[in-house]
Amino acid sequence: MKFSCGRGAMSITSSSAAWKPTDVVADQFPAGLRVLVVDDDPTCLMILEKMLRTCLYEVTKCNRAETALSILRENKNGFDIVISDVHMPDMDGFKLLEHIGLEMDLPVIMMSADDGKHVVMKGVTHGACDYLIKPVRIEALKNIWQHVVRKRKNEWKDFEQSGSVEEGDRQPKQSEDADYSSSANEGNWRGSKKRKDDEEETDERDDTSTLKKPRVVWSVELHQQFVAAVNQLGIDKAVPKKILELMNVPGLTRENVASHLQKYRLYLRRLSGVSQHQSNLNPPFISPQDSTFGPLSSLNGLDLQALAATGQLPTQSFARLQAAGLGRPTAKSSIPMTLVDQRNIFSFENPKLRFGEGQQQQQHMNNKQQINLLNGIPTNMEPRQLASLQHGGQSIGNMNMQVASHGAQNNQNNSLLMQMGQPQSRGQILGDTTVSHSPRRPSSMGQPILSNGMAANVASRNGIPETIGATSYNPVSQATSTLNFPMNHASELPGNSFPLGSTPGISSFSSKGTFQEDVSSEIKGSGGFMPSYVKFNDLSQHKPQNWELQNVGMTFNFPQHSSSLQSNLMQSVLVQQGSSGQMNGHNRSSAVVSRAMFSAGDIKEHGNAQNVNQHLNNLVDNIIRVKSEGVFDTSPGNLFPVHFGQEDLMGALLKQQDSIAPTENEFDFDGYSKDNIPV
Amino acid sequence: MEVAQMQRRLVDYTKTLFMEFLGCSVLQLQQLQDESNPDFVVEVVSLFFDDSEKLLNDLSTALDQPNVDFKKVDAHVHQLKGSSSSIGAQRVKDACVTFRNFCEEQNIDATLRCLQQVKHEYYLVKNKLETLLRLEQQIMAAGGSIPMIEMGF
Repeated sequence: MKFSCGRGAMSITSSSAAWKPTDVVADQFPAGLRVLVVDDDPTCLMILEKMLRTCLYEVTKCNRAETALSILRENKNGFDIVISDVHMPDMDGFKLLEHIGLEMDLPVIMMSADDGKHVVMKGVTHGACDYLIKPVRIEALKNIWQHVVRKRKNEWKDFEQSGSVEEGDRQPKQSEDADYSSSANEGNWRGSKKRKDDEEETDERDDTSTLKKPRVVWSVELHQQFVAAVNQLGIDKAVPKKILELMNVPGLTRENVASHLQKYRLYLRRLSGVSQHQSNLNPPFISPQDSTFGPLSSLNGLDLQALAATGQLPTQSFARLQAAGLGRPTAKSSIPMTLVDQRNIFSFENPKLRFGEGQQQQQHMNNKQQINLLNGIPTNMEPRQLASLQHGGQSIGNMNMQVASHGAQNNQNNSLLMQMGQPQSRGQILGDTTVSHSPRRPSSMGQPILSNGMAANVASRNGIPETIGATSYNPVSQATSTLNFPMNHASELPGNSFPLGSTPGISSFSSKGTFQEDVSSEIKGSGGFMPSYVKFNDLSQHKPQNWELQNVGMTFNFPQHSSSLQSNLMQSVLVQQGSSGQMNGHNRSSAVVSRAMFSAGDIKEHGNAQNVNQHLNNLVDNIIRVKSEGVFDTSPGNLFPVHFGQEDLMGALLKQQDSIAPTENEFDFDGYSKDNIPV
Repeated sequence: MEVAQMQRRLVDYTKTLFMEFLGCSVLQLQQLQDESNPDFVVEVVSLFFDDSEKLLNDLSTALDQPNVDFKKVDAHVHQLKGSSSSIGAQRVKDACVTFRNFCEEQNIDATLRCLQQVKHEYYLVKNKLETLLRLEQQIMAAGGSIPMIEMGF
């Protein structure tokens, strides 16, 4: 797309009243604006597409939110703006909005025939940059490019603030992108955007303050460097300044390091707390299946990849990731996913998640810790992971991440991821993506392990079959833990610096597109999961209270309402899972449920009845544990809300299992079992 | 019939339609149509028909249940409202608005009545649109082109 932000060009288009395609002459802007439009109503979709084409935009349309998310994840930088309907059957438009904002940070325009004030307000609070009332007139569409310009400008400004050093980093990037050359921001526009996409390594952006800001991408390599530096200094003595010096990465600021360190510490804390199931590492919960995980998955995907890339990260690192990623102090150790809290965490994403996955060790993680989630790492975790997943409801985020990216990592990882997410999610994930952990993708966890019912899962579960594919849900006792999430969406993950930050562990998942291959087919399976969702809802009823906990786990540990985006995401994720669409807090529970479902489903799916049961038990245990740990209350990261009441949950899960589509759940959700149940 | 004559008929008919039934959307729709997409209006309108029929069927079924799920009904109506407004079926849309209000009150009788009303409006507009399309097709078959209608709004 050619966007020349020259003033002149703008003036042409600014006279919108008389704007006609023919007016766009010399400088093409905004012609070629790449728009993604999402609406379940085929009539509207067609009309919109035509209108947008008339405006000389490049249009891609889809009628399902999950499809949209997967498309976006696959083409991280392929779109400039998204237009979405509010009411959609598979996912609430606002959830999608959150996901997109967190993962891709694209401007999103909402639209609806509903013009009630409260709905419009909701759009605004969720971060929509505009709200159109149907029937949409072409004149309104002619102006949408302004949102793109505005957003870029703001992003660029943020970058500037974070440090001029970054500019240097950006320069090279920009050269690639010749399209954008804003008169105001000399080619820096793209920089910020590009930074997000392609660079993982030194694109540190200062994202501490803003949620939606482009996140510093803590790639796997970077994170490893960080971890190495911390280890060298000693965790107690590691101060940002020294770490920065040791790392010696140009463009990295002390603030970046400081925030990352904070997350990491949390992650570690969490890890140490959850010592039970190492296997938890399996991010089973990251049921990649749901793109809804959105944030989660993105993280996971990223992390996973990171992990994958790095190979098995030592448990330690994983733990660190988790801690870091999780950033949720509140989340009890079980919630490895503290990632959620920190949006920045996502930046870690890769590094963090990776660990989970890379680490075959998962075990550490599993221990209730969220790490389990992250662990997409070796499936051992699976049973444990489940357990851990539970904790880390949040880890789900991680898991997801892991899942996403991982895919390849290790089968274990997958399981970890899966497990982490939540047992529930597994079900989902399983359904979707037959995430055959198997080494498909070494860490392509693709979808963060939904298994843990991680919030991420939840979100993704909602229907994102595709996503699941990516993540090897393998929640189900995938001993192989290679969650290999079919991360078809993996591609997204990596890029998803999941603001959810939950992915500390999951980062491994961020394997971009690694999963894809497998995932796609698997994801389809996810369709099967849907039923699990449903089931879960029932389950959730059983234990509403658990959700609180769960939410924590699930929602990546987002500080509950802190980062609206994140929390929303989390919530949405959670909700998604529970298909309850309630974004706030309430969702959490649903997410939890869904996650549990996954795990349950996953477990079953794999046909490892035993494992499954074990996992389920683990999950249940985990859930219970989670509850007791009280982790959940605060952090949305309760990814593992799975605590529903073991019996109920188990029962429900088991029941679901049967009904769950036989998605080849390779998810190694088994890892969930905190109790180290052999997968 | 001569092409010019047909075209005149079409223009008049469309204007009437616009006045009575459809909003400016229908004209917008026509304007969207061009050489590269000559069947645009036909496609969209057909899509609208199919989609709406399905929605109406779903609505009938949903309201026929012993325990009516009003949320579902509301979702369907909302969708119908959106698509009908996009295509310009103003009266259908208004009927939908009323329908939704009764849905909120969970008033079965009223909603059933509303459903009838919506169906009625829908068939009316369907009839009109089909006539419009037929006119257009006749013109095209005779070698003429669809005149652009400037409504001046």
